[in-house]
Amino acid sequence: MARKVSTQRKLVMSAIAWTLGIVIFFPILWTFLTSFKTEGEAVATPPSLFFFHWTTENYAEVQSRSDYFLHFMNSVTISLGSTILGLLIAIPAAWAMAFAPTKRTKDVLMWMLSTKMMPPVGALIPIYLLFRDGGLLDTRIGLVSVLTLINLPIIVWMLYTYFKEIPGEILEAARMDGASLAKEIIYVLTPMAVPGIASTLLLNVILAWNEAFWTLNLTTSNAAPLTAFIASYSSPEGLFYAKLSAASTMAIAPILILGWFSQKQLVRGLTFGAVK
Amino acid sequence: MATTHTRSAARLMMAPSVILLFAWMIVPLAMTIYFSLLRYNLLMPGTEEFAGIMNYQFFLTDPAFFDALSNTLILVGGVLAITIIGGIAFALLLDQPIFGQGIVRILVIAPFFVMPTVSALVWKNMFMNPVNGLFGWLARAMGFQPIDFLASVPLLSVIIIVSWQWLPFATLIMLTALQSLDEEQKEAAEMDGAGFVSRFIYIVLPHMARAITVVILIETIFLLSVFAEILVTTNGGPGTQSTNLTYLVYAQALLQFDIGGASAGGIVAVVLANIVAIFLVRLIGKNLEG
Repeated sequence: MARKVSTQRKLVMSAIAWTLGIVIFFPILWTFLTSFKTEGEAVATPPSLFFFHWTTENYAEVQSRSDYFLHFMNSVTISLGSTILGLLIAIPAAWAMAFAPTKRTKDVLMWMLSTKMMPPVGALIPIYLLFRDGGLLDTRIGLVSVLTLINLPIIVWMLYTYFKEIPGEILEAARMDGASLAKEIIYVLTPMAVPGIASTLLLNVILAWNEAFWTLNLTTSNAAPLTAFIASYSSPEGLFYAKLSAASTMAIAPILILGWFSQKQLVRGLTFGAVK
Repeated sequence: MATTHTRSAARLMMAPSVILLFAWMIVPLAMTIYFSLLRYNLLMPGTEEFAGIMNYQFFLTDPAFFDALSNTLILVGGVLAITIIGGIAFALLLDQPIFGQGIVRILVIAPFFVMPTVSALVWKNMFMNPVNGLFGWLARAMGFQPIDFLASVPLLSVIIIVSWQWLPFATLIMLTALQSLDEEQKEAAEMDGAGFVSRFIYIVLPHMARAITVVILIETIFLLSVFAEILVTTNGGPGTQSTNLTYLVYAQALLQFDIGGASAGGIVAVVLANIVAIFLVRLIGKNLEG
């Protein structure tokens, strides 16, 4: 039964919600707008919201002065690379835990979760020294391996919660029909699991893209993804607001769009299935 | 039914994940513990020697440690308070019938997807800068003296920035929980004459209890390790006013090159996080059964 809501009440609520929503979103909007201003207009008083001379020169400038594209590609490589590697390792594990659970499965899952809770500073020093000695500092391969490991528990957990929803009877039916384990995985499980795998991929790309502890500590220039690249604007270049805004807009736009598609998975993935 | 065959196959399939995670957990931790017992400075290579608990003594009696500990607690507590209360309020609002609900939802969720270094720098320069920031302009327009946020209230500034990033997460979780609330139950209560406040206290809040606990615990895990926001805004300063434990360990290791002392700090941080983690694992373990 749908409840009747007076139009007046709906209008008031809408006004409040929209105002608050715009306030929360404003820093992003402001960054976006500032990226199209000249440096002079970016700090002009009073600031103008829309009525300024729109220009795209900041974007060209950011690219030409700092090789933005390199850092962008580093972010792509590192986030996609660590996620795909993580999926390859996690899919068999999650499959096993969902379809052939033992008494210890729950404990293993809990233990995996607990590794996620180790604060990164507990591992920073040895990892930094190992990377230094192994020539892995400021390399994409080094970051991919660390990010794979820190997101592996989340990947396993997310896949596990999705796989658990696939009815086991279907697998048994396939087995009765004589399907081998490999066939079962390829022809029966995979098509049903693809949505869950895709959601997991999406959420982990977002997490890896925005990861800002290891990326800041383990890279300097060559392998620096956008998180570290933007950090280099902290001074004194950060005072060039228009360029800072252009670099920031480019860094967050792709993930913002992906993120909007992944709201539901976000809740599920980050709460380890406790809230659905 | 699981046969012996599938069981050993299952074990094989789990092995890579389990072994990798085990190594990831044990090796760095063991090395950190080992380093924490050494006198070890990167600027003086070759002079490492066993130092017992000296590093812990220094770290735990360093005034900077107490500052960092209290800053960490204030930061976590402050952000939690803001995001939980704000998140519940936003969720209640977004659960109402409103025009363009989907779009408002998207606007509110957006900050969560902004990388920490971007949000920190945008807030630092374009909002909190006393000369060119928007807040400074607003203050002057209203006839006040602008505040130099990062210099005069550094920890509060960091709390504002981090809260902005985490409010969407809290809102999203609360909203998800709220939307699973049985509509008929609310209606029944309404017909029985329950007002908004009593409906909130007796029906909505108990229903959201699990979501609230989950938000508190998961945010705590992440908030204990806030780093980038401090690095690009205040560098922990002025003095140690906005240094948290994570930043203190980082500074000791990679700015002062004191590997021994930093490792002791790292272990202290691990112990702290574990106390929180025990609660989280219990909670989620319970939910897993249900």
